[in-house]
This record gives sequence, structure tokens and C-alpha cells, in this order.
Amino acid sequence: MSTSLLLLLIVLIGFISYFAGRARSLAQANGKLSNLHSLPGYHGSYVAIWAILPAALVLGAWLVAAPMYIDSSTRATLPEAVQTQGGATVELALGQVKSVAGGLKRLTTEEISALESGSANLRSTLAAKGVALAGEGEPYMITAAQHFNAMNATNRWLMSAVVLLIAIAGGVYAIRNIATRFRARNQVERVMLGSLIVASSIAILTTVGIVASMLSEAGRFFTMVSPFEFFFGTVWDPRFAAAGSGGASGQFGLIPLLAGTLYIAFVAMLFAVPIGLFAAIYMAEYASPRLRSTAKPLLEVLAGIPTIVYGFFALVTVGPFLRDISAQLNGLVTGNYQNFIQAQSVVTAGIVMGIMLIPFVSSLSDDIITQVPRALRDGSLGLGATRSETVKKVILPAALPGIVGALLLTASRAVGETMIVVLAAGVAARMQINPFEPMTTVTVKIVNQLTGDLEFTSPQTLVAFALGITLFVITLGLNIYALYIVRKYREQYE
Amino acid sequence: MNIMSEAAVEKALDQKMNTVPYKMIGKDVSVYYGEKRALFDVNLNIRENTVTALIGPSGCGKSTFLRTLNRMNDTIENCRVTGKITLDEDDIYDPAIDVVELRARVGMVFQKPNPFPKSIFDNVAYGPRIHGLARTKAEFDEVVETSLHKAGLWNEVKDRLHEPGTGLSGGQQQRLCIARAVAVSPEVILMDEPCSALDPIATAKVEELIHELRTNFTIVIVTHSMQQAARVSQRTAMFHLGNLVEENDTDKMFTNPDDQRTQDYIMGRFG
Amino acid sequence: MTDIASPTVRISARPASATRDIGIKRRYAAERRFRAYGIGAISLGLFFLALLLWTVVSNGYTAFQQTTITLPIEFTEKVIDPKGERATDGKVLMTANYPLLVREALIKQLGIDASKRPQVKQATDMVSASSRTLLRDIVVADPSVIGKTIPVTLLAEANVDSAFKGQIDLNVEESKRKVKDQQVTWMNELASAGVLKKSFNTGIFTFGASSRPEAAGVGVAALGSLFMMLIVLVLSLPIGVAASIYLEEFAPKNRLTDLIEVNINNLAAVPSIVYGLLGLAVFINFAGMPRSAAVVGGLVLTLMTLPTIIIATRAALKAVPPSIRSAALGLGASKMQTIFHHVLPLAMPGILTGTIIGLAHALGETAPLLLIGMVAFVVDYPGSPMEPSTALPVQIYMWANEAERAFVERTSGAIIILLIFLVVMNLGAILLRRRFERRW
Repeated sequence: MSTSLLLLLIVLIGFISYFAGRARSLAQANGKLSNLHSLPGYHGSYVAIWAILPAALVLGAWLVAAPMYIDSSTRATLPEAVQTQGGATVELALGQVKSVAGGLKRLTTEEISALESGSANLRSTLAAKGVALAGEGEPYMITAAQHFNAMNATNRWLMSAVVLLIAIAGGVYAIRNIATRFRARNQVERVMLGSLIVASSIAILTTVGIVASMLSEAGRFFTMVSPFEFFFGTVWDPRFAAAGSGGASGQFGLIPLLAGTLYIAFVAMLFAVPIGLFAAIYMAEYASPRLRSTAKPLLEVLAGIPTIVYGFFALVTVGPFLRDISAQLNGLVTGNYQNFIQAQSVVTAGIVMGIMLIPFVSSLSDDIITQVPRALRDGSLGLGATRSETVKKVILPAALPGIVGALLLTASRAVGETMIVVLAAGVAARMQINPFEPMTTVTVKIVNQLTGDLEFTSPQTLVAFALGITLFVITLGLNIYALYIVRKYREQYE
Repeated sequence: MNIMSEAAVEKALDQKMNTVPYKMIGKDVSVYYGEKRALFDVNLNIRENTVTALIGPSGCGKSTFLRTLNRMNDTIENCRVTGKITLDEDDIYDPAIDVVELRARVGMVFQKPNPFPKSIFDNVAYGPRIHGLARTKAEFDEVVETSLHKAGLWNEVKDRLHEPGTGLSGGQQQRLCIARAVAVSPEVILMDEPCSALDPIATAKVEELIHELRTNFTIVIVTHSMQQAARVSQRTAMFHLGNLVEENDTDKMFTNPDDQRTQDYIMGRFG
Repeated sequence: MTDIASPTVRISARPASATRDIGIKRRYAAERRFRAYGIGAISLGLFFLALLLWTVVSNGYTAFQQTTITLPIEFTEKVIDPKGERATDGKVLMTANYPLLVREALIKQLGIDASKRPQVKQATDMVSASSRTLLRDIVVADPSVIGKTIPVTLLAEANVDSAFKGQIDLNVEESKRKVKDQQVTWMNELASAGVLKKSFNTGIFTFGASSRPEAAGVGVAALGSLFMMLIVLVLSLPIGVAASIYLEEFAPKNRLTDLIEVNINNLAAVPSIVYGLLGLAVFINFAGMPRSAAVVGGLVLTLMTLPTIIIATRAALKAVPPSIRSAALGLGASKMQTIFHHVLPLAMPGILTGTIIGLAHALGETAPLLLIGMVAFVVDYPGSPMEPSTALPVQIYMWANEAERAFVERTSGAIIILLIFLVVMNLGAILLRRRFERRW
């Protein structure tokens, strides 16, 4: 019985249980619903839950545990000569046994007995049936495979029987519980509450997953490259060509990538903060409701545009524009029409990223500024301050912590941004201070190291996780601090 | 000057009330919030160096009228003011009159103490600084000290001028706000229920202060406490449903009002 | 009031303080400057928005037109099936020399000497190499066409397409451009004969990846995106709503729920590429799911979207006034009934708005998909979420890396399609909010 059929059967039993439970409660109510503690639907649901939930849980556990048990049992049937070689050899043999086992199912009994007597070649027989074997088959594999198949078959029917039995038993048990005063609703609601809790724990699990997966992969990386070399190395040269050849593994210095990341983020903030902040101030303090209700959503459109579109914009518009204008400027000044800004450069990426960040700065700051109590504004205006004096001397200082928080959140976005820098910043990992030259970032290198064919054993691949955890820690630090500041700020004015 | 003679001076002042010149004249003042009319053709004059109290049940328009006097209503969306209000001989709603200049002459203290989240010193120095009334450190020190003296706060805060103003008690905060208003040397100070957020002791201090400020400033105070109006003011105006019901000497108002509604309100029949 | 009219009325004299200098002029100049900065900042922001959209639209609107050449193709048996074995061997029709049919049709149409090979090559270069599959599909679908002559509409090659749309500067020296003078002459000749013309490009909506711009489309990628969006919707909406209900309505206020709260806010701000790493390590490496499959992309985007939905849902639940809850509880409803019968329906518009915005965000997300192998050259429609597929934004990324003019046009065209999807989703969210918004 296949797993999906089994699932279907369980659901079917659940359905039947629902109606059975409902009918039983109705029968006990003697036609007066008010005799019941809970509505018949709850009784039905209660029975259905008892039918489905334990069976499904057992099924899930079984599906995870059984293959492990069968594998270890099959491993035990392998000849001692193989077992003593341990590790990879055993796994390889096991893999072959499984292929053979798959192949055996397609053979007739005569063919199998021919194989067992050694008169037919295992590999060619199986190949004729469309099953490819990684190596020449050994005779012992046939017995092991037969053992494997037998266990699997037993496992299948045993699993089906046990699970179905549990489903039915659960349903019967629950039906017997039904009585007029039985608190079916409370029981059902407890299960509902349980599932709500499970759902909210996914948020935690995601974080745990992020941290655990990155730590373990990065841990493997650090067994090959020392953390000191990674965190303080100033040369990034992973030597992709040598990947897999085992030998020299290249240099994995984080510093040039970090420098590029921070430099580009800095240029982006330099561009976005004044524009975003002034836009927010104007929106919050000066703009008429009409202007506000059109300009604000329009600016926020910038935040809804996917970053890949910004990358494209950098690639076809901003980059070439900066390159050409720099050539013109150079020509006007020196007569030599040589561009001094590269199409892919820190400024290109920075400006385009800055454009993307404008709405973040402006809407976060707008929220913060409008939270400054009206009383402070009135207090200043009532003393005869102009609006701009009020903004500069009272509102901004009062809103400063909140704005700093907002800017930190924006900075964390700039640091983690990927698609713009992939297309606009370049891939050259170097340390320099000329913003007109390309530099690269942590995110670009994560993408570079993980696209294409990869194996999870080489430092060239695993370094991406070390970079990932660095990025995660930086942005997490910025976020936690920023959210903390903003929260404190909100509480102050609530 | 001893207490007796001070009282005598005051009595004399009160008796001369009718001869005190007008500082501000409001003629047919109406205020609209969008479609809704909040004030109906109010004619009310404010006498110089006098405390004028505006009383009436809540929502009667007394705060609205107060805010027209230094055009604070300008900061409210769709608020429209008609009629004429003059300060000395200047029409304050004349386009030629500058609102910043106006507010430097007509200061305001608000219902809830609203010190800026800055130091006590900076709070008081704020007005003089933006208006350029003081330039040097010494000048600032002086204006801050005199203002705090005038607000009766100097002795309480002189040792912690550079601590945040928000750290003071409610009553102290409100006196700080008064000092902040005084520091600009306005001619008129508008007070919008300045004691409503304060406890009785702090209220007494602020009232005392209002009393003293009267010698230098013209004061208009909105209050919903009739006792307070009786204590601090020389003139009282009673508002009801956006109309000015009666304006009179405070003594007369509380003993023998001209209007039945005033009497009812003072007797506590509505409000 | 009577004393207004009384003769004792005096108006106070204007004191010295009224005329004191408070620097009004200078201060108003500063005020005007400050305002100008604000207006400038907003205009600059809007200018960039306009420039961005203009770049995309001006480069991309031509992608929705395609130059086609309609030729009478003679399906000669001699070329397709010279040995007459098509009834027995299915491979014959698949591997026949279909380009030869196009060449002959072109030679006939243009009246070229078939022995002049360079000229013939120039002529055949004008037609897309995708014609092979086009003709093959015609013949395989209906072998009875063999021996007949049928007019077939073929795609023009990308450079001819660009030239015909006027995107190639023909004043450039011939050797430096990809379209030769002879081809331009033919192009104009065919155009005036009505054989070569521009028509609406359905291909960009239906084709898959291709190294030839004229045969490249977003259809396959869009299907991959659709699979992922369905997965995201089916998983993140119920989980997100369930989590929010627990956190907002049931969870006790303690350190653990505080931690969850902080955690969710942080997850919303974690760079999307980190989710890609998570997906790679957990779903592909650990759980052994297939690379490049929409199911992995869907799961990764679900995890990424969940915080957004949870935050929006909690806000929507918070906005339902407590009086509704008390009313239901007062009638004897259980807490669970109160929430599911009263609070949740009232919060639904807010929840759906948040969900749509989260989905729109997920639709445009590229970076995490690069890491789980969705940068794949996928030509055929995936049959299920388990098969290799790609996504709309990833397709844009891959095209953006191609240098040809025609690919810039395609990329912009694909971006326009993506943006239209996003606009529709966001408009839906806005309408939903307008339609159901309630003020308490």
C-alpha cells in the first residue's frame, strides 16, 4: 500500500468518524440540542481528531525511522570483509544493494535463480531491464538485496496495518467517550491551540535553522581554512580552477569583501539619507494633504520595485551614463576623452542602491517624525519660531533616536542587498578607495561561489556559508539594536 | 513694599479698570473648522496689563478664541478665521503682518506642560536664540536667569540648569514653559488651561506667578475652574456654545452677573 | 461689552518691543531654503522613479512586437524523408533537415542564385534558427503536409528584428554591424512585399529560455513563479495566521513570547540571500530535495514571507476593538469561538492585504533563488513543482547578463510583465483595503 493511499484512507476514516461522532451525540441528545455540552459538530471533530492525529503522527515517525532500521539491518547482512572496511565502502555497497534490489523486482524468477547460481552477469542482466549499476555486482549483493526487499515488503504491510489500526482504534475510543455532558469543544479547542503554538514556533525554528545550518557548514569550512585567515585575510582568491583537485585551496580573506560592502553601503546611505530625510520632513511638516496622499505612495512605489529591476537600471542606464559623462568631463578638462568612472563601480552601485533606499528612509522617518507630539510643535510655534526652526531645533532633536534607528535599519538593508551589487558593483575583490572603480561585496561572492555545479566538500563552496553567517551577524546586530531604539522611542511618546 | 500697601495698589488698579487701555481688540471674530462653525461673531477686547479669564463649559469656544489671538489656529488644517483682531493698532490677520513676529509678541503656554526634550537652560534660551534676542553667553545667562526668576523657578533649578527639562515635576515643567514664554519678552501671554494637569500645590504656585506677571505682561487665561478665574483675573469673559455671553469685571461677574446663563453656570447648573 | 462704545476706550500705545529686530528677513530666507530642499528631495525621488520606469518602458515596449517573415514552405518529401521510412522509424521526422526547406523558400522568394553560397548564407541568417523546431512540430503534428506547400510565419532573426524596429544605426560602417547592407535591402524588399512585417509578439509570453533572443520568452519562468506563489500562499497564509492568532490572542506575556516577537521582527529584516543559504543547506543538502525545483523555491520564499504576513496579521487583529471580543465572550462563546467567529472575519481584509503585499514581494525576489539552483536554462514547461524550473525575476537576471541589443529589449519586456503583475497585485491590495476598511 503506497503512502499516499494510506494517507487517503486515514482521511477517509477521519471523515467517517466525524459523521459517526456527530450522529452519536445527536442520538444521545434525544432531539434536544441543549442537552449537549458541545454542539454535535464538536463531537464529530473530536472523534475525527482521535482517528487522524495519532495515526498520522505514527505514520510520520514510521516513515522516518523505518528506512534507518532497514538500512542498518541490511548493512548487517553484508559480508564481514565489506563491513570491516567501514565508512564510505559500506555506504557504497549499500547504495549498490539498493539499486540491485530495485532491479530484482523487474526480473522473473528464472532470471533470479540464474543470477543466484552465478550463471548470469548481474550488471548486464540489470542493464537490460534499464537499471544501471555503478560497479560490477558482487554475488553477496543479491542475498542482501533480497533481504532488503523482503524487509521493505514486510515493513509496508506492517506499517499499513498498524497505522490503520491506530486510526480505527482512535476513532472507536473517541466515540465511546461521547456523552451528553462530554466537553468535546474543550478537547477540540485544546488541539487547535496546540496547532497554533506549533505554527508560531516555526518563526523560532527558522532562526534556529538559519543559525544551525550556517554554523555547521561554516564549521566545516573552518576545518579547512583557519578562522584567523578568513576574518583577517586581506586577499580574496579562492581559485575556482583548483576546486575539487584537492590541493591548494586558495585564499579566503574576508576584509576586501567587507570593505566593498561597507563602502557601497556608505555611498548608498550618503545618497539616500539626505533625500529621504528631507522628503520625510517635507511630507510630515509642510505638504498639503493632497500632495502627501499622492507623493507618499508614489515614492513608496520605489520600495515595491524588485531589486533585480534596479540592477538592470544600473546596468543599462546609470553605469553607462556615469561612464560617458566622466569621459566627457575628462575630455573637457584634459582633452583626453578617457572615462575615469567605470560602468561597474562603487558609485554606480551606491547611487542605484541609494535610489532604492530613499523610500525606506523617507517612510520610516516620516513615521518617526509624525510621532513627535503636537504639543512640542505648538510649544515652539507659540514662541514665534518658524516652521523650519521648529523642525531643526525641536522636532529633529526629539526624533533623533528614532531616526537613528530607522537609518540603522536602512543600513542593514544596504549591507544585505544582493541583486543591485551583483549587476552593478563588479566581481573584483580588491581594497582601494577610488569610488569610481569596481569593488565587490559579501553578497556578490556568496552568489558567485554558489552558482554553477557545486559539491559540498570544497572550501570554495563552503566559504559562502562563512560569508553568510558574517552577513547574518552584522545585519542581525544592526536590526536588533535599531528595533530596540525604535521601540524605546515609541514607548516614550505613547 | 509691604502687603498692605500692595493690596491697596491693587484695589486702586481694579477701580481704574475702565480706564485701562485695550491691548487687543477682537471684532466679529468667527472660526470655522471645515464646515463646522466654532465661534460666532465674538467681540471681546483685552485690556493691557490685566489678567483676562475666559470661562465656560467645555467645547464653548474659549480655547479656540485664545488660539486666534496669536494665530495658532493657522497650524490646524481647514481652520478659517473671519472678523478682525488687532494688537495695538495692527490687524494681526493682515497679510502684511508676519506670524512669527506676532507670536514673538503674543506668547503662549499650553494646557499640558510641553518642555522640549532639552536641558532647562536650552528650553528657556530657545526663544531668545531663534529670535536673536541674545548673542553672547553672558546675555543668554542673563535672560535665562531673569526669566526663571520671573517664573519663580530659579531657586529650584539653578543648580541643575543643564539637566533635561523633562525631568522636572509637572508644576515645575509648567513654570519652565512660562519662563520659556517670558524669555521672549512678549507683550501678551496666552495661557490655555495652564493648571489643568497640575496638582493643587503646583496650581497655587502657578496662580501666584500669573498674579506677579501681570505687572509686565497682558495675560489671557482659559480656565474651567471658576475659583481660579476669580482668584487670578480682573476681567472675565464667559463663553457658551461658541458665543460670548458676557464680559465684565471679575468681581461683578461672580457676584452679580448681567446674564442669566452666566449665573446658571457659576451656580453650577450646567457645565 | 458696553464699554467698547464708551468714550473712555483707549488703545494701548505700540511698545518698543513690537519693532525690535528679530531677524525676520534672514529667518524667512532660511525657511524658504529649507522648504526648497524638501521639495527638491521629493522631486528628485519622483524623478528617479520616472527615470527608472522610462528606462524599462522605452527599452522594453518593442519587445511586445516581433518581426516575422511569412514564406510559402514546400514540405518536399525528398528533404524530409528521402528514404520513405517515416512509418517505421519515428526518428526520421524529428531529425530531418528542416532548415533546408527554409533556405529553398528564401532562395525562391528573393530570387538568389543558389550557387552563391555567401549570399545564400546571408539570406538564411535572416530567419531565426528556431524555425527548425517550428517546422518539425508542424510536420510531426500532421505528417500529411509532406508534399504540400503551405505559407508559414517564421520569426526573423534578432538582428534583423532590431534593424527593422530601427534600433540599429545603419550609418555605422557595414563591417562593424551585425546586419549587412544586402540583408537590409532584402529586408526592405520583403517588407514592401508584405512578407516581412511586425506583429504582436505572443512568443515572449509562451516561450522558454533560449540563446536566441527572438525565440526566448518568459512563459516557462512564469509557470515556475506561479508554482512558487501557490506554495507560498498555501503554506504561509494558514501558518502565518495561526501563529499570529496565538501570539496576539493566547500567548502569555513572558520572556519566551517576547523573544518570539523580537525574533519575528528580525526575520523580516534578514537579507533575503540568507534565506537562500538556509534553503540550500536545509532543504537541498540535508533533506535531499531536488535542486532547481519550484518546491524548494516555494519553501524558501514561504519562510521569507511568513514574518511579513505575521506582522500584518497581528496589526489587523490588534485593530479589532476589544468590545467585539467582550460582546462575544459575554454571550458565552469560548475564546476560540470568539476569535474564529468574530475577530478573524473582521481582521480578514487586513490579513489579505498583508498577504498580497508579501506575495508581491516574494514574486520579485531573486537572490535566494540563485543559490538553490534556479538559475537554470529551462526550455520546457515544468510539469510539477518537483521538476527543474526557473522564475520570472531569475529569467530577467539571466537575460540582463546577455549583451545583445535584442536581449536588452527582452529583459525590459520581461520586467514590464513582472511589474504589471506586481501592479495588479498591489492594486488588488489597495482595492481590498478601500472596500473593506472599517473605522472603529
